[in-house]
Amino acid sequence: MPTKSYRQALNEALHHEMGRDPRVIVLGEDIAGGAGASGQKDAWGGAFGVTKGLLGAFGPTRVRDTPISESAFVGAAAGAAATGLRPVAEIMFVDFLGVCFDQIFNQAAKFRYMFGGKAVTPFVLRATFGAGTRSASQHSQALYPIFTHIPGLKVVIPSTPYDAKGLLIQAIRDDDPVIFLENKLLYDTVGEVPDGAYVVPFGEANILREGDDVTIIAFGRMVHIAMEAAGQLAKEGISCTVIDPRTTSPLDEDTILEAAEETGRVVIVDEANPRCGMAADVSSIIAEKAFGALKAPIFKVTAPHTPVPYAPNLEAAYIPDAKRIADAARAAFTYRKS
Amino acid sequence: MTGMQLSRDELLRAYRTMRIIRVFEDRVSAEMASGDIPGNTHLYAGQEASAVGVCFHLTEDDKIASTHRGHGHCIAKGCDVDGMMAEIFGKDTGICRGKGGSMHIADLSKGMLGANGIVGGGPPLACGAALTAQVLNRDDVAVCFSGDGAINQGTTAESMNLAQIWKLPVIFAVEDNGFGEATAKSFVVAGEITKRAEALGMASAHVDGVDFFAVHDAAQEAVARARRGEGPTLLHIETPRYYGHFSGDPDNYRTPEEKSAMRRERDCLAVFRSRVTQAKLLDDADLDRVDAEVQQLIDSAVKAARAAPQPGLETLTTDVYVRYV
Repeated sequence: MPTKSYRQALNEALHHEMGRDPRVIVLGEDIAGGAGASGQKDAWGGAFGVTKGLLGAFGPTRVRDTPISESAFVGAAAGAAATGLRPVAEIMFVDFLGVCFDQIFNQAAKFRYMFGGKAVTPFVLRATFGAGTRSASQHSQALYPIFTHIPGLKVVIPSTPYDAKGLLIQAIRDDDPVIFLENKLLYDTVGEVPDGAYVVPFGEANILREGDDVTIIAFGRMVHIAMEAAGQLAKEGISCTVIDPRTTSPLDEDTILEAAEETGRVVIVDEANPRCGMAADVSSIIAEKAFGALKAPIFKVTAPHTPVPYAPNLEAAYIPDAKRIADAARAAFTYRKS
Repeated sequence: MTGMQLSRDELLRAYRTMRIIRVFEDRVSAEMASGDIPGNTHLYAGQEASAVGVCFHLTEDDKIASTHRGHGHCIAKGCDVDGMMAEIFGKDTGICRGKGGSMHIADLSKGMLGANGIVGGGPPLACGAALTAQVLNRDDVAVCFSGDGAINQGTTAESMNLAQIWKLPVIFAVEDNGFGEATAKSFVVAGEITKRAEALGMASAHVDGVDFFAVHDAAQEAVARARRGEGPTLLHIETPRYYGHFSGDPDNYRTPEEKSAMRRERDCLAVFRSRVTQAKLLDDADLDRVDAEVQQLIDSAVKAARAAPQPGLETLTTDVYVRYV
């Protein structure tokens, strides 16, 4: 199977779906770049190069560079979705949610319910997230818990190139509004990706590694850090299951609960802030539904309750790392009820 | 063809639709007092000529986005009156099965994209509907009804710019009733509303919203411009607002004299009647027949809404998604 980057996998998904369905359009700031200027066209192909080449393949009617007006173009994508298109809007950084959230959570997310089941809103909002690029507080957050909280939205956080392509194709074909979040440190990671189109279904967790001692549940890029920690722990004789839920809404509770019950010891790794985040959410589900099987408290490894800092040493301390995950897993493994 | 050149049937249709809105709103106001309507309502009475004059030029394929004061837009765009009344009563037979209420009445099959509880929620959505028409190469247009309050929302400014640079077939129908909630427009709106369009190079017109024919003619030009692919228009439509902001509003920020003068001097139904009868296009008996018929229609809608069942409790959790694993 060919090896491709996460970026290329996403680009292929967009090419496939735009080629398959003329109702699919993409819009966002500099998704081509160079519009109205004298130099290169398709100059950027998106702030992170994910949409490169779409302009040449599909033309400016379907590949639209927008003004820096997130409310207008995200809302237009929602309105277009409700009237017959299948738009994929991009906001460069999920942090910009702050200027367009109404169109997402009061409009797109609620059409179907508040209109009595008569609206279909096949709308995808792609955005980057995550710390580690020295971009500080307004370009680094992991805001997927905020979207996960909203009924009517689906929330996708792919961790691998294979999942990125299959989940994006699923998102575009899906008839509900989908928030599709890409950790920017993953764009250059590589993995096996088929050339053809395929879907990865929502609500099906990926079990990356199976072990008997500790279950680690991780989201997005944290999946890779958790795998690194699990590798170290294996050398110490602690065998871990590592689970990537892939989508936070819907959430594959069955797989999470089965894995929690099998080991009785659970660590949850989430790059988001701790309060009302995915670690807290999954922890509460396990505590409620698998309480009898737990042999230790549920350990959460998350960012602190702070904005994302700028200085490299502070940022490194902010992001969960393999050492903190391994420490938590050891604590879970050695915990004995007194 | 100008409004005064409309056929007898067209004139009767316009009058009937305005009359339905007026009687619907007056009746909702009265029914609110009974305590049997569960939520709150924002009534459109006084503004009928705006919704009807604009929507007169639209087909079912054209789309409109509306506001919290949306009943008139819904009726003018062809939403079922029985379904609307049942929705406001929170009943299973409501147009949104009792899940939306007054502020979320929608019928996408009629091109009605929803009343909207968020001031300024509609402009991006109308741009989206217009974008669909443009991408699919159809000649549909989208109308964004909003109030003078929404003119100060960023979404309106962003959407007007987007519509103008993309030449979207959208009409921004700004209904200026002089008040954003309980605050006068003069206190919060800087400059003239049409100038905001002019600054973007967008066509605009200032229209007397008490005169159906003035609205009809201005909207006709705007809709034709949009269908020709020549982009958006802003219509600044000045109207009275007969009731307070919401149904329990004491409306004590306007004097009783001001309110009675408004109803006496700025009544689009009376103006319509006087224009068409003086021009001998219709006579009083024609219009009186419509009035009687509309009264029956609304009586029947209220009776049916009161008798209808509440939504089943099983519907609490349905229709959040098309499909959710």
